[in-house]
Amino acid sequence: MDQSFRLLPEQSSEVAHQVDWLYFYLWSITGFFTLLIFVLIVYLGLKYRRRSEAMPPKVGTDMRLEVAWTIIPLVISMSIFVWGAGLYVKMSRSPSDAMEVYVVGKQWMWKVQHPSGPREINTLHVPLGRPVKLTMTSQDVIHSFYIPAFRVKQDVLPGRYSYEWFTPTKVGEYHLFCAEYCGTLHSGMIGKVFVMEQSAYQSWLSGAVQEQGPTGSAGAKLFADYGCATCHGQQAPTMAGLYGSQVKLADGTSVTADDDYLRESILNASAKIVQGYPPIMPSFRGQLSEEQVVQLIEYIKSLKVPERNY
Amino acid sequence: MTTTPVPFIPAAAEREDNYFNVAYTVKSWLLTIDHKRIGILYMFSVTFFFLIGGAAATAIRLELMTPQGDLVQAENYNKLFTMHGVMMVFFFLIPAIPGVFGNFLLPIMIGARDMAFPKINLMSWYLFVIGGTISLAAMVLGGVDTGWTFYTPYSSTYSNGWVVLTLVGIFLNGFSSIFTGLNFIVTTHTMRAPGMTWFRLPLFVWSHYATALIMILGTPVVAIALSLVIVERVWHVGIFDPALGGDPVLFQHLFWFYSHPAVYVMVLPAMAVISELITTFSRKQIFGYKFVAFASLSIAVIGFLVWGHHMFVSGQSVYAGMIFSILSFLVGIPSAVKVFNWTATLYKGSISFETPMLYALGFIGLFTLGGLTGLFLAALAVDIHVTDTYFIVAHFHYIMVGGTVMAYMGAIHYWWPKITGKMYPEWWGRFSAFVLFVGFNLTFFPQFIVGYLGMPRRYYAYAPEFQVLNVMSTAGASIMAVGYVIPLFYLIWSLKYGLPAGPNPWKATGLEWAVSSPPSPHNFDKTPVVVEEPYAYYTGRNQLGEPLQ
Repeated sequence: MDQSFRLLPEQSSEVAHQVDWLYFYLWSITGFFTLLIFVLIVYLGLKYRRRSEAMPPKVGTDMRLEVAWTIIPLVISMSIFVWGAGLYVKMSRSPSDAMEVYVVGKQWMWKVQHPSGPREINTLHVPLGRPVKLTMTSQDVIHSFYIPAFRVKQDVLPGRYSYEWFTPTKVGEYHLFCAEYCGTLHSGMIGKVFVMEQSAYQSWLSGAVQEQGPTGSAGAKLFADYGCATCHGQQAPTMAGLYGSQVKLADGTSVTADDDYLRESILNASAKIVQGYPPIMPSFRGQLSEEQVVQLIEYIKSLKVPERNY
Repeated sequence: MTTTPVPFIPAAAEREDNYFNVAYTVKSWLLTIDHKRIGILYMFSVTFFFLIGGAAATAIRLELMTPQGDLVQAENYNKLFTMHGVMMVFFFLIPAIPGVFGNFLLPIMIGARDMAFPKINLMSWYLFVIGGTISLAAMVLGGVDTGWTFYTPYSSTYSNGWVVLTLVGIFLNGFSSIFTGLNFIVTTHTMRAPGMTWFRLPLFVWSHYATALIMILGTPVVAIALSLVIVERVWHVGIFDPALGGDPVLFQHLFWFYSHPAVYVMVLPAMAVISELITTFSRKQIFGYKFVAFASLSIAVIGFLVWGHHMFVSGQSVYAGMIFSILSFLVGIPSAVKVFNWTATLYKGSISFETPMLYALGFIGLFTLGGLTGLFLAALAVDIHVTDTYFIVAHFHYIMVGGTVMAYMGAIHYWWPKITGKMYPEWWGRFSAFVLFVGFNLTFFPQFIVGYLGMPRRYYAYAPEFQVLNVMSTAGASIMAVGYVIPLFYLIWSLKYGLPAGPNPWKATGLEWAVSSPPSPHNFDKTPVVVEEPYAYYTGRNQLGEPLQ
């Protein structure tokens, strides 16, 4: 890893350069005004240093100055806002073709799961040049998934999914840090992100620690083992084509069946009852780990045809 | 043969009954209702808590000299930074300037004999001391490791530390704040002397008034937030822990709704001091009096609308992020207005560079830099990268230490003659101010860099490439420590050996300089009548119309 003295982390994602440009703009403004005030203080302090006990003249305020030093900071602030907000919106919206990876954080390690099967602990291997979207949750307290070289960070929450995405632009090995204090070994909840050329990534995939085949097939097994197939497809709403669709609820409102909705339905079904169905789905809280929930969701996402009954 | 002029000491200062020597018993101090004695009581207690917070900081900076965790164990490090934050934020920064100087000076500056509620004032101090003692007891019993921010569900379910005890101490301390705020507001409204109109008030009073508004409106919210953590932790009621059906981000909203305005509770009183110091040591009216006064109020109001900028990566929506971002830029404008007005006050002034002025000028520079780094954090795309890193730590220390603590040191030196009747040794004062300034910048500027490089906060072991900057920071901290310790010595020394100060060693125009040093127990012999605007140096007279001498 690059050990030379740096002022910036490596720029290894698509947005890193853009964030750094805004950062330079901010330092220019900061440097300019700090220097301005410093020079003014030194200049005025020396020019008007006390030479006698005579009292200085009256100097009232000057409306033009007051307006100027209100409006100019306002305009500069708004320029920073617009730039920062625009880039932020881009950083919040992942491309639809992003490669999905699941992350489960727990005290004090990261568990990473690729949909095609490989699992990792405290590392994340990604291919160069492809957008990657992380779907993340915590098993206990709030953590945060921070990759300085990519300039991305997002808190990882218990009870919910949170997302972050990036497109790596440089092959290499980068720090991964937990960035939300989470207890005793918070400083140890760190890892490495490996960005690899496509070919290297493919060979890594085939050699990596695998689940029994793709994550989704692990999910299919859970779907059967836990008896979901017993109801779903008959007296319970069908899973086919469910992910991403609009679901009408018993109270008349509509929700999108996203990852959070699926997770909640598994762990706390009574929170949202689908219109036309009785509220009899049991809760699987305590029976399924977050990783198993993720596997089930992967499976459900893959269901485009009516599933077979066993 | 020395040519130091002996200050003119009118007979009033040699009278027996100043507030210090009117009674000497412990009971007369611990049961006092004199706002000046209460200010001194606060001075002792805030100094005590500051030293404890400082000791924790010393241990932290020593640990961080090496990338490995080798000085203390992980859990103890976590307890140390929690103690540092809790002691410094709740038991120094929030109470110090209002408790010491607000209490001591507000009644005198407006021409009153005491606060509106002297007994509630004493109760404020007791709530502060008892709260601080309880939180300190939690530290001694084994400590708490949640960070001063107590994020859930770590604090409400997972931490094994003395969370509830610490929170009880902070809760009580909150009421100290609320009652102090109440006193400031009622006193300013109802007890101004004849002729002391709102726009003749010193800016010190305006800023403390704005502070008091925040104290009263904001503190109850954090009291509730922390109580709910106790409810969840003790009785397992699901409020914040998702495993119990709660929402962890709800805590953050409740906590930051107060804790952001709280930073203005920490900085507005500091700005109050700076307005007094700049005018006195330039012997000039403040440039833009009304603008500075209204800027203080604007900071208090807008400050309540920006809390979500602490939560840009917490799970807030993108839209909420945008709203909080734009408001956060707006809240910086009144502070900029103040900095420009203070600087413009120097124009055509008659400027001297005694210790208080050095601290005031240092404040302006450091607050400018610290405040501008706030713009980095309001900028959404940059905040994603730097939030929860040392960039944030550097930002708030520039404002809290480079700002508030510098202002506190300036206030101590400026009003020392008034409070004690003695002058501190000037060259030692200047030397310490210089040492502090250098040490401070060496401690915290490298943290901006190491933060952008990616070093997260609350890490006791870090990536090796961050070491050089951490060593610089620790070296700076050792210099800063010297800058804090020296004044302790010479200020105590001055109590016995300092030159007698006289009522107005600085030739300042405020009402506090029209009474003896130290003041008599009831401040004024007869009700003063105010005839002049504040800082009217060009007339050569103070606010009572008396010639400055």
